Amino acid sequence: MSFDIALVFDSIPKMLEGIGLTLELLFLSTSIGLILAVITLLMRISGRRFLAWPAMAYIYVFRGTPILVQIFVIYYGLPQFDLIRESIFWAILREPFGCMVVALSLNAGAYVSEILRGGLLGVDRGLHEAGKALGMSTPQRFIYITTPIAVRLAIPAYSNDFISMLKATALASTVTLLDMTGVARTIVAKTFAPYEIFIAAAMIYMVMTWFIQRGFGLFERRMSRYVKP
Amino acid sequence: MNDPMDQPIIVLENVDKFFGAFQALKGINLTVRKRERVVVCGPSGSGKSTMIRCINRLEEHDGGRIVVDGHELTSGDKNIDAVRREVGMVFQSFNLFPHLKVIDNLMLAPRLVRKLGKAEAREQAMHLLERVRIPDQADKYPSQLSGGQQQRVAIARSLCMNPEIMLFDEPTSALDPEMISEVLDVMVDLAEDGMTMIVVSHEMGFARKVADTVVFMDAGEIIERNPPAEFFEHPKNERTKLFLSQIITH
Ligand SMILES: Nc1ncnc2c1ncn2[C@@H]1O[C@H](COP(=O)(O)OP(=O)(O)OP(=O)(O)O)[C@@H](O)[C@H]1O
Ligand SMILES: [Mg+2]
Repeated sequence: MSFDIALVFDSIPKMLEGIGLTLELLFLSTSIGLILAVITLLMRISGRRFLAWPAMAYIYVFRGTPILVQIFVIYYGLPQFDLIRESIFWAILREPFGCMVVALSLNAGAYVSEILRGGLLGVDRGLHEAGKALGMSTPQRFIYITTPIAVRLAIPAYSNDFISMLKATALASTVTLLDMTGVARTIVAKTFAPYEIFIAAAMIYMVMTWFIQRGFGLFERRMSRYVKP
Repeated sequence: MNDPMDQPIIVLENVDKFFGAFQALKGINLTVRKRERVVVCGPSGSGKSTMIRCINRLEEHDGGRIVVDGHELTSGDKNIDAVRREVGMVFQSFNLFPHLKVIDNLMLAPRLVRKLGKAEAREQAMHLLERVRIPDQADKYPSQLSGGQQQRVAIARSLCMNPEIMLFDEPTSALDPEMISEVLDVMVDLAEDGMTMIVVSHEMGFARKVADTVVFMDAGEIIERNPPAEFFEHPKNERTKLFLSQIITH
């Protein structure tokens, strides 16, 4: 079996044509996902059952099913309902890109809300009591005490999830999108050299992951200035 | 202390507290006058923390009445803010906000709750850091300080709210022995300035020196309360005697 190393490097520039779409999917869905996560978390910890239960059901459904299945349900399944086709969401859901962003965001929302909840649980109860004893209100304690500490505690798990999201964007290629993996697949279809092309793709993902890791590493260091060295 | 000007500022009447089926406080009666210094002692689990935590409503009592500076603590939380603004609390484990520098620990609540301006809050904070003798640590994070310094910061942080009353829950029992006196010295200063204080502590030297009244609790009840001389020299109850013999042999 021959391995054409030149082909690996030749294919990289072509594949980078897909990087824009990959990054768009990544940043759009992590941003929307983060908003969803915060809303879901607030619902979960609200102490009101009619808010907490839907939040828990949402988390359960999206953590309990493969992303690929979710994408297929959204992309192939939802358009079958007239209700959906006639709704304002149709503008988003008729496009594979929209479906992909919806699926990834919903996924991120479910996972990240649990990650943030982990951070909240890690905040010492005594700090709450100190805040209370000083007369701070519940929202004041949440904003000025709990959140900054919980965020720091959540960074390692969140960065992990962010990297998983990068890799999940590759599923876009299953619904005809030309993200990096999508481009790789079209090149493979022409060159019949899956080995070289996918290794090239893997290298690009690894470089991206390195930048993400590094970014979160710096952020974590900044947020941890106060922790004893 | 028997100055007729000194009105009752904290009144507990028949206070009960349950944790599930377990009764942690059993009909507690305690009156503390303005400027009075009360030291509370008693074996572990006797309800000392629970009692003082009811006074600023970190715990809610289940029976009886608690009145703090004229505000009755009821289940409708209306008076809580007023009471918490007047009552400072110092915890065994300091509970400083780890993500904020010392100066910001002291400025946070005054700015948010008392709505002080930044400059005013800072000036007050520096003044109080001087009072607890650590103005040079203002720009450090709590984790960079010794335990004794952290507890002094915690005391200063409470004082920033200009409380009428200070509650201390075993303020020195998490400290290494060589740091205990620096914290007690600050508390003695406070007492000399006329602060109303309830101090849960087994520092009997402090109690003798500072307390007007020593209260002994056991199994959710106040067993004995007396001025320190009487309390230490002539304890009446057998449980008090046993307890004192145990701490003194320590
Ligand atoms: N949140 C809680 N839930 C259940 N039981 C509790 C709770 N807090 C306190 N208790 C119980 O109430 C009793 C009194 O506790 P408390 O903390 O007031 O005792 P203490 O006198 O302060 O003891 P220590 O010297 O150990 O601090 C104990 O038996 C304790 O186990
Ligand atoms: Mg206690």
